Amino acid sequence: MAELLFWPALLLYGEAAVGYFGDVRRPGRAGRAATWGVRLGWLAQTALLVVQATRDDGFPWGTWASSLSLFVWLVVSAYLIWGCRRPYRLLGLVVMPLAVALLVVARAGGGTGNGAVSHYSNLFLVVHVGLVLAAFAGFTLAAALSGLYLWEERRLRTRPATILRRQMPALATLDSLALRTVAWSVPLLTLGAAVGLVRLVGQHDRLDALIAVTAATWLVWCAYLGLRLLGGWTGRRAAYLALAGFVLVIVVRLALPATHFT
Amino acid sequence: MHLVLVGTSHHHAPVELREQVALDRDHAQALAARLAANGREAACLSTCNRTELYVAAEDPEQAERDAAAALASLGPEIEPALYKLRDRAAAHHLFRVAAGLDSLVPGEGEILGQVRLGRELGTTGPLLDRVFRQALHAGRKVRAETAIGQSPASVSAAAAALAEQVFGSLDGRSILLLGAGKVSEQAARNLRSRGAEISLVANSKTERDRIDEELAAVDVVIASTNASDIVLDAPTVAERLKGRRGRRLVLVDLAVPRDLDPAIGELDGCYLYDIDDLEQIVVETLSLRRREAERAEAIVAAEVEKFHEWHASLDVLPAITSLRARAEEIREAELQKAEALLGRLDESQRRAVEAVTAQIVNKLLHLPTVRMKQAAAAADGVLYAEAVRHLFGLGEDER
Repeated sequence: MAELLFWPALLLYGEAAVGYFGDVRRPGRAGRAATWGVRLGWLAQTALLVVQATRDDGFPWGTWASSLSLFVWLVVSAYLIWGCRRPYRLLGLVVMPLAVALLVVARAGGGTGNGAVSHYSNLFLVVHVGLVLAAFAGFTLAAALSGLYLWEERRLRTRPATILRRQMPALATLDSLALRTVAWSVPLLTLGAAVGLVRLVGQHDRLDALIAVTAATWLVWCAYLGLRLLGGWTGRRAAYLALAGFVLVIVVRLALPATHFT
Repeated sequence: MHLVLVGTSHHHAPVELREQVALDRDHAQALAARLAANGREAACLSTCNRTELYVAAEDPEQAERDAAAALASLGPEIEPALYKLRDRAAAHHLFRVAAGLDSLVPGEGEILGQVRLGRELGTTGPLLDRVFRQALHAGRKVRAETAIGQSPASVSAAAAALAEQVFGSLDGRSILLLGAGKVSEQAARNLRSRGAEISLVANSKTERDRIDEELAAVDVVIASTNASDIVLDAPTVAERLKGRRGRRLVLVDLAVPRDLDPAIGELDGCYLYDIDDLEQIVVETLSLRRREAERAEAIVAAEVEKFHEWHASLDVLPAITSLRARAEEIREAELQKAEALLGRLDESQRRAVEAVTAQIVNKLLHLPTVRMKQAAAAADGVLYAEAVRHLFGLGEDER
């Protein structure tokens, strides 16, 4: 059953990714098809996660590969909040190829079937993994908004004659949405990491590389919030910082989980 | 009933002629009422680019003469510049006008409101009411389904659209006007119509201190002085940016020679546009509108076809009504004849017989009705109507 649901989700996300590229060339039909691809793909992936949850005895996303699949779902869910509105469609250019790539990696790691039985408690996993992944999904969206900001800002500076042809969100809107998304995500990461730390101390476990990089990620995003709210950072500088924070999110999600999930 | 259009527009008459026949609301209403005498319908569409009279009348020649005479009485020289269209062509013209396809700037939005006003001020009946309503529908549909009216079509509108692209809503944003030329005034008016406010109009370099002070606070600068050299240089703006805590600044330079140092565009948070940038955007916009006009024409053609089908069906409507009345008459007469047998039925059985006979009549007449309407749309409607009258003996009892 999970197998049957994985492919439609992947194909629809893939269709959306291609559709968004088509929308850049000629805005209109391709963009609408892409939006429907995201919606239907999200439904298919939701069904996949529900099947995983009902088949598994414990928390089904306790392995790094299955948590990656959940992460993709959270990213696409966050994207759906704005992405279906016409001016924000281009966010899909960043979000959907990333979703496709990560979903493929999750499958290669065995994350789209039934999860392995974890020796951690369900409650701990739900709170810790759920909060951290939700925060990372928020950071991913903030990074996509920042990428769109930089692209749009470049267009406004290079002043092509076609600048007003495409309906785009205003720079100020993109900037403030990125800030708001990070403002929601940082507390989630703080809480999720705190739950993990409490357990780490209680179990007398050792720090690993993933915890160290997650701490660095948390610091970067806290710095982002601080510099924006107190230091008056806006626009380009803030967008570059968000992209730097996102690089750390990707490192945490892809490069280091093996050290944490064993 | 025929639809007649007599009018003139920017395509046919220069402004000197158009202004002779331009009508304000009261005069447009009075003229429409005057033309609507003798059971006719009339409406007047008067804008700065056109004055058109739409008349629905049984005698189209007379209606045309009256409408032309009414316009000629306003300006005798207008007669050679008048165009006269009838029925489908007249409706097609009105639909194109409502869609903005006949406007000086394709897709301009004001015309839709002007067509609506023309209908409101007119003395309309079934035909004019229908054609105006359908024209407004076509106009709205074109704007919803194409990008013909989406992008700015003037330098001032382009400046305002760029500011919106940076700030989003312009509500409460402040403008500094350097110089007060006609174009900059238009740009400022455009920004104000979107909620921005003018904080200072500076006419000369003597107000240097005020300009520097405002520069730290305003969101948009529009420059169009007659100065022969740069009025604002990059170091001055960079200095003023320090107190803005990253707030964005849009600068629009409409002057030639330029008032604003081009290096300002390199500063973080500054977005500088000169007259060439804006004109290129307008040229691109107009070419986009022209491309979209092709799609708009197809929408208009489809809407005209719908109107034509309805209008043509008016020719066969009396025949269809007579045919249905005759059939109903026969059905009732036959049921009356069978009363002796039907009298034995209870109420529900009688209702069933009524329903079945009515259904037979309806089914029999459905196809002839549809075919007659189709024939009417293809211009054979009158022949078909005559044939039906002859075959079924409609109206013979009255003779």
